[in-house]
Amino acid sequence: MEALPGTHSTRLYLTVWSGLLVLTIAEVILAYMALSVGLMLTLLISFSLLKTALIVAYFMHLRFEKLSLTLTLIPALVICIILLFIFFPDSLRLLELRR
Amino acid sequence: MADTVSATRLSAWGGGGSPFAISSNKLGMWLFLVSDTLTFSALVIAYSYVRISTENWPRPFEGSSIFLATVMTFCLLSSSLTMVMAVESAKKARVKRTVGWLLATISGGLLFIILHTNEWLGLLHEGVTPFGNPWDVPLFGATFFTLTGLHMTHVTGGVIYLGTIAWGFAKGKFSAEDVEISGLYWHFVDLVWMFIFPMVYLLSCTL
Repeated sequence: MEALPGTHSTRLYLTVWSGLLVLTIAEVILAYMALSVGLMLTLLISFSLLKTALIVAYFMHLRFEKLSLTLTLIPALVICIILLFIFFPDSLRLLELRR
Repeated sequence: MADTVSATRLSAWGGGGSPFAISSNKLGMWLFLVSDTLTFSALVIAYSYVRISTENWPRPFEGSSIFLATVMTFCLLSSSLTMVMAVESAKKARVKRTVGWLLATISGGLLFIILHTNEWLGLLHEGVTPFGNPWDVPLFGATFFTLTGLHMTHVTGGVIYLGTIAWGFAKGKFSAEDVEISGLYWHFVDLVWMFIFPMVYLLSCTL
């Protein structure tokens, strides 16, 4: 059958889905390994970001949209990162104060 | 001179076309998702904040609830796969197949809601409520139930949304693009769970 514009093969979606499942299982295995909290948090967040990237790029079709739409989504990500950098140090300060 | 004017008019940013090359409906959904991202990130950060600053943070999730949460993740991921299949079928104008895939997506969402409600009831039975718990860390209940509750509200809303879309698409009231836009919402709900699952469950599992 001739491919319609904007449609993609089932195989692509199946590959992305199995990738997401593998990453999820890797996360669960990671949770049961005796790692330091810092390393565990870094690994889990990286895996989650990778899964998000896969979902947004392929399931939500962002890879096949215009670059201007992707750029419109960047400010929200920047705000999230700024919030993290403000609140994580502050929560550690609160922990010290309570001790 | 006239050439520069027409060139400006023709460029997307000069009003000559759509700068995003998508319809206003789809752009509207994307912008809603951006604002929803900020809502959820505020709640996730609030959860992390109180978790780090509390020394005896409760870790009630053991083997069986981690397994259940993994099954719930599987439900959402697979419903995302059936959702893209629905969007593909809608673009190819196969109405019956689209409705079938949408119903599969809805059942994935419903299974998630059932498993999650069951987990909540179990916790409530153990005395873990939004206002207090046996470990005397009321902030755990407050942040846990707010975060997962808002996500569950999104899943419930999504099930109703997809139901409406499936009904309307079968009747010819909605276009393939409406199915695609509802898909954007559904994938977003899946995406948020990809952060709640490791942050709330995996980081709190008791070995």
